[in-house]
Amino acid sequence: MNLYAEALGGALVVHLQEERLDAAIAIRFKDRMREVALQPSSRVVLDLSDVTFLDSSGLGAIVAVMKSLAPARQLELAGLTPTVEKVFRLTRMDTVFRIHPDVAAATSERLRDAG
Amino acid sequence: MQVERSSHPAPRPDPSAPDREGFRHSFCADPLSVRAALRTTLARFIRQMTEEEAGTLEIVLAEVFNNIVKHGYGDSGKGTITIALSRDPRGLSCLVSDEGIALPDRCLSGIGDHPRPVPDTLPEGGFGWFLIRDLVEDLQYSRHDGRNELVFHLPLAPLALAP
Repeated sequence: MNLYAEALGGALVVHLQEERLDAAIAIRFKDRMREVALQPSSRVVLDLSDVTFLDSSGLGAIVAVMKSLAPARQLELAGLTPTVEKVFRLTRMDTVFRIHPDVAAATSERLRDAG
Repeated sequence: MQVERSSHPAPRPDPSAPDREGFRHSFCADPLSVRAALRTTLARFIRQMTEEEAGTLEIVLAEVFNNIVKHGYGDSGKGTITIALSRDPRGLSCLVSDEGIALPDRCLSGIGDHPRPVPDTLPEGGFGWFLIRDLVEDLQYSRHDGRNELVFHLPLAPLALAP
């Protein structure tokens, strides 16, 4: 599981460096997210730009992480590739996440809000 | 998706001569074998469909396979999944078979106790069959002599229109 987190623009940005978030790694992904989320930050942005494929197990894992952070902290998503975006759209789960085009857009948002 | 896009492209498929001989593949019912089977299958058909269609095929097959691994064989890591796919002018005809437990009727109906997951309730599961039913047509299930057979058709643009 290649995943690392960094503090960027007031958010904890988690980069998932895997081509696939599927049934083979969904449980490990949840465990690793729980570990990295120990770093304090009100916003957690999951960068999915390296992920070209997501199945329903991966989607369920992302929802589980979102629920484990709520209500104090929000999980947002960035960099959805076409097939990943399709899974979110077809399941309508795109309506419950804040989805940013990329990490830069996600982290610059706070500066705009502050200004 | 590790699809082989070789530097020596295969000849363009002739739309008037669809891939009638088909493709058959058997693999072990565990998550890593599912990954490998998806890669093999996508590589076989990638030149006969658009990238978006390939993504749809991968979603559908992944959900069907994962369901068999998890529920059909109960995550035992034992058992075999066999697929047979063939390109026709309207899309891809798919048959997936296994020897796991029988598929409950509700998986195919999409009504009653197996509705679309409601996003606001933050569901962590139940997406798989919803995606399958949403993306394929002519979905049919049968069981003979302890063998499950799921048949469906994935609609695709005519071959001539694929880039």
